[in-house]
Formats: sequence, structure tokens, C-alpha cells
Amino acid sequence: MTILVIAEHDNAHLKGASLNAIAAASKLGSDIHVLVAGNGAQAVADQAAQAAGVTKVLLADGPALAEGLAENVAAQVLALAPAYSHILFAATAAGKNVAPRVAAKLDVAQISDILSVESPDTFTRPIYAGNAIATVQSSDATKVITVRTTAFDGVAANGGTATVEAVQVVADSGKSSFVGREVAKSDRPELAGAAIVVSGGRGLGSADNFKILGPLADKLGAALGASRAAVDAGYAPNDWQVGQTGKIVAPQLYVAVGISGAIQHLAGMKDSKVIVAINKDAEAPIFGVADYGLVADLFTAVPELVQAL
Amino acid sequence: MKVLVPVKRVVDYNVKVRVKSDQSGVDIANVKMSMNPFDEIAIEEATRLKEKGVATEVIAVSCGVAQSQETLRTAMAIGADRAALVQTDVELQPLAVAKLLKALVDKEQPQLVILGKQAIDDDANQTGQMLAALLDWPQATFASKVEVSGDSVTVTREVDGGLETLSLKLPAIITTDLRLNEPRYVTLPNIMKAKKKPLEVVTPEELGVDVAPRLKTLKVSEPPARSAGIIVPDVATLVEKLKNEAKVV
Repeated sequence: MTILVIAEHDNAHLKGASLNAIAAASKLGSDIHVLVAGNGAQAVADQAAQAAGVTKVLLADGPALAEGLAENVAAQVLALAPAYSHILFAATAAGKNVAPRVAAKLDVAQISDILSVESPDTFTRPIYAGNAIATVQSSDATKVITVRTTAFDGVAANGGTATVEAVQVVADSGKSSFVGREVAKSDRPELAGAAIVVSGGRGLGSADNFKILGPLADKLGAALGASRAAVDAGYAPNDWQVGQTGKIVAPQLYVAVGISGAIQHLAGMKDSKVIVAINKDAEAPIFGVADYGLVADLFTAVPELVQAL
Repeated sequence: MKVLVPVKRVVDYNVKVRVKSDQSGVDIANVKMSMNPFDEIAIEEATRLKEKGVATEVIAVSCGVAQSQETLRTAMAIGADRAALVQTDVELQPLAVAKLLKALVDKEQPQLVILGKQAIDDDANQTGQMLAALLDWPQATFASKVEVSGDSVTVTREVDGGLETLSLKLPAIITTDLRLNEPRYVTLPNIMKAKKKPLEVVTPEELGVDVAPRLKTLKVSEPPARSAGIIVPDVATLVEKLKNEAKVV
């Protein structure tokens, strides 16, 4: 049983989510190959070769794979698929984009966002915004899976000694092309992998007021997050959204400021180790999941908190 | 051009579902059902394309139980011209739905299929991508902006870390993200008009599609409950607890 993990990267760095996916793969078996599909991505392949538990890295390096277009990446995975029993992707925007395309071409069901590996064919996954956990069994020949990264501790990035092998690159599908990218700039830690997250909601009232969270995040070395309400109101950028339809986080500490705690938001953060809620409404649902709740006006409490830390 | 929009009937997003005591599933008897929120955004986008003169006809389709007709009527009240239901009581998984949709696409020959990015019940986020694969069409998932020009469509996508813009050759598949648009409220006159629009009902057998589930659900359980927290009186106590009790700062 050989497992293929599709690496997530930007052609220069292997992303942390790949280490979580490799960790899930190691629960399935010990022969783990990693596919690095990119352009000028030798450095990524070298990093993947050092990840603990990886036995071989396949490097598909060519212009068709430069921007991770779903049509080309899926074709690349399919070219290698017959040798594998399991094909794993991290459940990130990139993984979710490609994995179902691969599964459909193989005529197998895809298993989304697994939380645990019960056996090589049985997995748990959240449904209904995380309000229920389904245990599902696949009878398909190839299991195509996306891995919830926060549910698996990533393997060590160093210590592995895998070999890197070049594989033939697929031709460009010609059906889609990359136009451009707008990267949100941030000096803070990446939201999905941060140990501490400070999130703001509608209670902040405006984009200007949202800045009140900056000093708190800086003091804690935290990433900034937001509820859907805050994002929709334009207080914070889209990629800060935590929830069922945004990012799923599970940091050591999650500080929810001015967030009521709708089901959709809780789905994205309720596996955090410690949750702190600051809200002036004592009835807000967020207090139902918070380990420590402070009923107070955030505009006085947050600066006080920055002072006290 | 024709635009096809698949819509799904799901438990309303405000309902907090309960797991059945025998762990066979969640209890959805007598709970409010609605159109999946992402599908509302899809039907709104298709309607706007029609209003701009880009689309000539918008066809809403759904797969599932007979009551899904209500969801299709809602889609027609928003702006779809007609609808089709693939009716079955079998539990439909994304691969089966993608195959049913492929059969409908083969029949209707749309240039664009707009789906929601995920359904809020199974949270799979698969159907659009699977349909694109089965048709061998290009895909743009998690769209926050769509512009059709000539024989291609330019789509801005929400990805981790920012936005990405792709150009796809038509025919193509798009899945909607939350910020693509704000769906309009349906008005009473439009609800009345929607009742008169054509709604065709077919079965998976008529389309020649095997819809047997591929994944077997062994059980559905409650997520682990969090232990009850405490309300602290002031910031000083909060900081003291975080430092000495939780030891997270």
C-alpha cells in the first residue's frame, strides 16, 4: 500500500499544510510518496525530501504546473494515480480545488476534510458545520482524501532522507489560464497555522475600529481573524474569515472579540484549546463555548488587556 | 447562452441539527429546509448575467426528493426561466450528483454551469469540480467575481492568502463563494409567476445514471463537547487565568 501526498507550495517553499497531510498519510502506511507539481520547484522537492516519514519525492517541474491550475494538476496526479492506494491533499483552497477532479476521473468518491484515520478505508469527517461527526467507509479501489490540517500534528520538517525523482510533466490543457494574483500582505503569522488567533466581529463597528485588535495581536504574537459579519461589512479582508466557509483554525488560544458566535463561526474555531470571548452581550452564544468569558465593552477591555499583558 | 444552475435543498442554515440517538444520522424530520445559501448566490449570479444580456436562459436543476420542487420554485422566483428535478429517494453523494448533472448538461448544452462551492449539510465541496472533470471542462472554484466576454470567462477566486484571477474557455464550470453577490429577496409577484414556469421531473434511471452511494456512513456522532467555561469579572482576572491556569500566554 503506497500513499501519495500532493504537496502544497508556492514554487519556493513547502507549506506547513503539507506536513499535516503527511502526518495523516503516516497513519495509513509507511510508504509515503510526495508529489511536488510546480515550475522551478526543485527547492520545494528538497524540502519535501527532508520531511519525516517521506520515502520518495516525485518532482513534476514544468510551465503547465506553474500556477497550480486545477486542470493541469489533476492531470498530473492522474498520470501517477494507478500506483497508489490513497491520494491525499490538504483541505486548503488548493487541495479542495483539485482533489474532487481527480476523484471523479478515477470514478471514486472523494472523502473531504478528514479528522481521523480509523483504518485504511474508514475515516471521520465533520458534517453540518461541525455539529456532527460522520464515520465513513469507502469501498473504492483508490481513496482520494482531503485532510483537515488542524486535526493532525504536522510531521517534523527535518530528518527525512527521501530521494527526489523527476517525473514527466503533463501537457497544458489549454482550457484555462492564469491571469493574476493579489496577495494580502501581512507581517503576522499565517492564520491557519498560528498558535494564537485574535478575531474580531461585527461588534468592532468599522474597519478603523478593527485596528484596535492590532496591538493585542502584536503583543500576543497572534494572527488576526474575523467573523463573516466583519468580512462582509468590509472591516477585514476575506482571507481572514474563520468559519465553516472560511478557514478552520485550532490554535492554543483563540480570542473572540465582538463576535456573537453563530454556528458557522463556531465551526471554524471550536477545536481551539482555550477560547476567550469578550462581548458586551452576556447572552451571546460565544459564551457557550468560551473557557473564559468577559462581559464588557471591547473598546475599554481590549486596551486594558494590552496593558495587562 | 444558456446557464445551468444546480440547487440543493438543505436544512436551513440557522437550524442547529441534532444527532439521532441511534447514531444513524442527524434528525432532519420537521426542521426547516431552505435552498443552500451558496446556490442562492449561484442563481442570483446567473440571473444577473441574464439581466446584462449575457445569458439567454437560466435553467435551475436539483437532484433529490420530491420536496426539492419547492427549492426549484424559489430559484425560479429569483430569476430562473425553467427547472428540472431528478427525483429520487436514494441518498445522493457528490459523485452521483455530478453524474446526474452531466446527463442534464449533455441534454441542455449550456455554456456555463454555476454551482455553490459547497452544501452546508455534507460540507463536501466536491460536486462542481467533479462535474468539470466528467465533462472535461475548465473550472473556477470559490468565485468572487465573474465576467463573461466572448468565448471566455474571467473569474476572480478566493484562495488562501488573497485572490487569484483565471481565464477559462467556455463552456466552463464556476462555483460561487460568499462574496460573489448578495442574493435578492424574492417578491410575492415573482413567487406567483414562478408557479407557472415549467418544471420537468425525471428519474436517475431515465438518465441512465447509477446513483448508489459509494461511501457508507457507519455512524454519526456528536462532536466532543467542550467543558463549561467561566465568566471572569475583569481584565486582570482574565490575564491571571490565562497565565496561571490555562498557561497559554
